[in-house]
Amino acid sequence: MLSKIATPILAVLIFLGLWELLVWANGWPNYKMASPSDLPPAFWKYKELFFTMGWQTLWRTVVGLMLAVVFGTLIGMVIGFSKIARDGLYPLLIGFNAIPKATLVPVISLIFIGQHDFNTVLMAFMISFFPIAVSVGIGLSTLEPEYRDILRALGASRFTIFRKIALPKTLPEFFGALKVAATLAFIGTNLVEIVSPHGRGLGALFKSGETNGDYPLMFAVLIALAFLGIVLYYAVIFLERVFAGWAEREGN
Amino acid sequence: MAACFPKGTVIENLIEIKGVSHAYHTASGRLPVLDGLDVSVPEGTFAAVVGPSGCGKSTLTRLVAGLLKPDAGEVWLHGEQVKGPRKTVGMAFQNPVLLEWRTILENVILPLEIVAPSMSKVDRTARAMELLEMVGLVGFEDKRPSELSGGMRQRASLCRSLVHKPDVLIMDEPFGALDAFTREDLWQTMRDLRAAEPFTAVLITHDLRESVFLGDQVIVLSGRPARTQYVMDVDLPKDRTLDVLFTPKAADMLHILRDQIKIAQGRDVEAH
Repeated sequence: MLSKIATPILAVLIFLGLWELLVWANGWPNYKMASPSDLPPAFWKYKELFFTMGWQTLWRTVVGLMLAVVFGTLIGMVIGFSKIARDGLYPLLIGFNAIPKATLVPVISLIFIGQHDFNTVLMAFMISFFPIAVSVGIGLSTLEPEYRDILRALGASRFTIFRKIALPKTLPEFFGALKVAATLAFIGTNLVEIVSPHGRGLGALFKSGETNGDYPLMFAVLIALAFLGIVLYYAVIFLERVFAGWAEREGN
Repeated sequence: MAACFPKGTVIENLIEIKGVSHAYHTASGRLPVLDGLDVSVPEGTFAAVVGPSGCGKSTLTRLVAGLLKPDAGEVWLHGEQVKGPRKTVGMAFQNPVLLEWRTILENVILPLEIVAPSMSKVDRTARAMELLEMVGLVGFEDKRPSELSGGMRQRASLCRSLVHKPDVLIMDEPFGALDAFTREDLWQTMRDLRAAEPFTAVLITHDLRESVFLGDQVIVLSGRPARTQYVMDVDLPKDRTLDVLFTPKAADMLHILRDQIKIAQGRDVEAH
């Protein structure tokens, strides 16, 4: 248990040490690369902004992710249960996912002018629903027929079979995809925050650091984003333990 | 081969399959698997079905379970034509298909949640434990399936297929993936379960010894598309032990069955 906490902390410390060493050894100035020792003053100077902006980024990411869970699961159910829907929707989904989302920022900000919160949540959703939809779809369509037959032979309804067998059986795949989606959602949120003028959130803070030539602030924002990403990731792990803990084997 | 039942007795066949034909539609065209199949299984008896690989035996189980409608012919259960799934059927497969997120006890209870939703939790547990005791799984009811051996999982699977006291137990090679010793243990478990709670059974198998040990009749299917090629009444005592398989009588039966399988595979039978 101790090593479970100590190992990652040690790894982070080693990483920070190597970073500091790299900047020091090359004699890089701040505008080339800030070093870890520059970060605490930057955090301290803008601590209120970090809290308000960090909260903005976090809630919009989480809302976008929750939408991705709801709609991703629904789309996954449709493509998992219906072959026609699968054949019809897959090319659309893949095509949509292949579009670089940065190109969509001006598009959605023109459609929903001034709706910064809405646009940000929408982007977080659009970038993160795909892995969820695909994994739920695959999980449902690859359910072995025997699993269905043990209940179908007793006259159980499709919904009962879904609730008692298909849904829980898909949970491990679902959580695997949710971990990917959680980090993707941050990328979506920040895209909008950085690109749209007069944005809010950590992305906007990053942008203002760039505008003002405050390089330590830019790096501090990146670290804050990484931290939020880690927090959300472990929140997903916690939910996975609660709802799909059975899939974890002893000794892993 | 003597008949199981004295002449003149009116036998009610619990399962009656009359002239059933069925074909699958694949990318490469129509693939007929059953062609005019006839099977009768009297109430309370055990029918073992053997035949060459891929001759449509699994299709037969799905037809009896009402999961599949035949292209032609009729399937009757208990004097009623099978038109869809019914609650009085239990199924077991080669893969035990236990649900990993449920304990063994919860797995066994599963059919009761569908068939008897109003049954109390206490009664469900009592019923499941009764069966788990019969198959020697008491003490494992709170384990997850992944913590059990293959043989134990198959025992749990059998309990699940019997928990709602089905009229008919349909088994598709349930012992096929087990090692020889475990398989023989399970044959005896199966025999004891039948003695405790009589049910009618259809067992699909590749193992002729298994068919003779468990079956009251052995039905040999021809190669694809399958017809009923041969029916043998197994004239051995009801409470047979494994020793019975080493008697000359059993040896003769196994010999005949082997020859029938060869015919079904389209090979010549050696003279003997």
